[in-house]
Amino acid sequence: MAARVEACTPCHGKDGEGTSDVYFPRLAGKPAGYLYNQLLAFKNGRRKYPPMNYLLEYLADPYLQEMAEHFAEQRPPLPASPASDVSQPVMQQGQALVTRGDPARQIPACGSCHGPNLTGMEPGIPGLLGLRPNYVSAQLGAWRYGTRTAKAPDCMQQVAARLTEADVTAVAAYLASRPAPINNAPGQKGAYVLPFACGSQSD
Amino acid sequence: MRVPSRILGLALLSLLAAPTADAQQQKSEAGGEIVKRGEYLARAGDCIACHTAPEGRAFAGGRAMPTPFGTLFSSNITPDRDTGIGKWSADDFYITMHRGRFPDGGLIYPAMPFASYTKVTRADSDAIFAYLKSIPPVNQKNREHDLRFPYNNRQLILGWRTLYFSEGEYKPDPSKSAEWNRGAYLVEGLGHCGMCHSPINALGGTSQSDAFKGGLIPMQNWYAPSLTSNREAGLGDWSIKDIVDLLKTGVSARGVVYGPMAEVVHNSLQYLTDEDTKAMAVYLKSIAEPASPPPAATKLPTSESSLLISLGKTVYDARCASCHGAQGEGKPPHWPPLANNQSIEMESAVNAIRMVLNGGYPPSTEGNPRPYGMPPFAGLLSDNEVAAVVSYIRTAWGNRGAPVRAREANELRSAPLN
Ligand code: HEC
Ligand code: HEC
Ligand code: HEC
Ligand code: HEC
Ligand code: HEC
Repeated sequence: MAARVEACTPCHGKDGEGTSDVYFPRLAGKPAGYLYNQLLAFKNGRRKYPPMNYLLEYLADPYLQEMAEHFAEQRPPLPASPASDVSQPVMQQGQALVTRGDPARQIPACGSCHGPNLTGMEPGIPGLLGLRPNYVSAQLGAWRYGTRTAKAPDCMQQVAARLTEADVTAVAAYLASRPAPINNAPGQKGAYVLPFACGSQSD
Repeated sequence: MRVPSRILGLALLSLLAAPTADAQQQKSEAGGEIVKRGEYLARAGDCIACHTAPEGRAFAGGRAMPTPFGTLFSSNITPDRDTGIGKWSADDFYITMHRGRFPDGGLIYPAMPFASYTKVTRADSDAIFAYLKSIPPVNQKNREHDLRFPYNNRQLILGWRTLYFSEGEYKPDPSKSAEWNRGAYLVEGLGHCGMCHSPINALGGTSQSDAFKGGLIPMQNWYAPSLTSNREAGLGDWSIKDIVDLLKTGVSARGVVYGPMAEVVHNSLQYLTDEDTKAMAVYLKSIAEPASPPPAATKLPTSESSLLISLGKTVYDARCASCHGAQGEGKPPHWPPLANNQSIEMESAVNAIRMVLNGGYPPSTEGNPRPYGMPPFAGLLSDNEVAAVVSYIRTAWGNRGAPVRAREANELRSAPLN
């Protein structure tokens, strides 16, 4: 399988560990169901990044599933968390949103879906560790502007729509500052109950 | 999808037989069979590619087709009575396919390849119609075309028709075999290969005498090589097996498909029967011109081009040789050979440059469901390095193409990817 995905690795790293480009995400160890949903979304143009939309256009779904499983099974170490230049209050705002949310603005804690250790849950919820701040901001922005959509109900769109620019900067910085957990594997399906329904998690 | 050989036999008969035999055949063809045959023919015509929007319902139209004159939107051809072709008769449908006119006589834009479909027999047109009548109706209104003045005036199509459209069903050539005629019927008719593989003039038309002589597809910036010149994609010195492999699986010992041709194999050609694919191969091999024009002379001064080519070799050895081999021999069928590969040597270097910039996967097909891919190098190589490596592969190992300039690589960076 490694030879079949050599078209992907200059951008995503040999084992899907990511590369020095801050907008190119890590793939390794994310739930296979999540990765597969993303590949389908790129293939059908629901998620837009033209170089990937083009590569996947004529690949069969079962083959995309295999690619997803391949990268889900890789376990390269998480990168060391980069030094951050954001201020202490911003970091605290990020921590609050990730761990407690903001009930007044109906923002659930990120951890209520992405898991208490932020390692995600099978089959459709990705972990949030090992992602760089630029990538996280870009993705939250893409949901707000409608260039990234997930299967309906698109719960992540509902969350992103309630965040301000400042919230986005804060959560992106806080997430990137978290040390790697000893066990980075996503939780079992049904390990905890989501605050509201997500289409990505339905099957 | 396989069509029973008996039906195929019938199709062949209908192609070569007199009109009365057509009528008899229609009467004897039970409802289910005509629908199945129509489904197969719709595949051969690749109707689904244009008439289905991304993630849209099959045949409900609405796909945007950018042209130099504005954007066209394909029509809903499901049997919905209000928004599709539910009220059409088989005669109406034949007039569209054969004459490029709506039932009320209105002119159809040639983006609908009626200039090729005019060759389709009445019996085959009726079968496609029967199939389209059998699919689920979708209520979806056609989107207005978004064409600039004066192209939004359909009367202009008359001029195009006078120049480029000659109406008429395919006339079998009695001096050739039934197999050759079947291949010609599919390639010139339903396959509408000439729509891309012909020089595109300012009017967006292709003229008969230039049919299959190759052209740059407007708006997409891919070059569809000539199918008649052995210096381009003429298949004169390919074996029948390699042609069949290419059309049916997307990969072969001689080359691979990519870009718009990957779409054609993915949505259409892979579904054709072995007999039909072989017939197309026999015909394609026969139309390649034995004598070909002399190679293009280099546009670069020798000193400049030799520098470029030595940089190209460095890039090649570091970035490409692992898949395409130190001598450009490849590991066919999955990693195509670059040595002695016409599609790299031909005068237009557009495709080679774009492959280096964008990479690609051949399509998943039944014969090659898990293709190997090539990474995009747009982010890894400078314009100069792209020009260098393309110049190198076009001239190394006995290849006889001409070097290319960094400016050409730069211009193609902005080519649309979808
Ligand atoms: C040119 C660089 C490039 C190549 C080649 C590439 N990708 Fe990507 N990929 C990206 C970028 C950039 C993103 C993030 C896009 C966005 O902003 O949404 C991405 C996103 C993804 C995602 C979603 C990740 C997530 O966490 O949401 C998956 C899965 C993925 N790529 C798989 C692949 C596979 C499989 C291949 C090979 C078939 C591939 N990519 C080839 C650059 C690339
Ligand atoms: C209601 C559940 C839910 C909540 C709450 C939630 N998420 Fe998500 N999130 C998801 C789901 C489901 C996905 C996967 C969507 C898909 O399939 O594309 C996702 C995906 C993401 C991604 C994309 C990861 C990648 O690799 O591309 C980011 C980033 C993200 N969420 C950040 C956050 C942040 C930050 C918060 C808190 C402010 C948050 N999420 C709260 C459900 C949730
Ligand atoms: C290369 C793209 C393309 C392909 C392939 C194609 N069509 Fe079309 N078709 C179009 C476009 C664009 C229109 C709209 C033309 C216009 O409005 O003048 C159209 C219009 C039509 C119409 C008129 C319907 C209406 O009410 O507007 C019919 C019927 C039709 N196509 C049938 C077919 C069939 C059957 C096939 C396959 C054998 C096919 N088409 C293949 C692009 C295509
Ligand atoms: C939508 C436009 C389009 C249509 C329709 C189309 N082609 Fe192509 N074809 C291309 C392009 C672009 C290329 C160059 C890319 C490549 O080599 O795969 C190509 C390449 C080819 C090649 C050369 C492949 C190689 O490796 O040298 C052959 C042979 C070919 N086409 C045959 C056909 C036949 C037969 C048909 C009709 C059944 C057809 N094409 C229809 C666009 C098209
Ligand atoms: C990981 C393996 C791999 C690497 C590395 C690679 N290629 Fe490719 N190459 C392929 C595959 C697979 C295809 C077929 C792609 C398709 O059909 O979309 C291909 C296709 C091509 C084609 C089109 C061939 C044809 O028949 O028209 C050219 C040109 C090409 N590669 C040049 C290069 C150059 C130059 C480099 C280095 C800068 C390179 N490749 C690096 C795997 C690779």
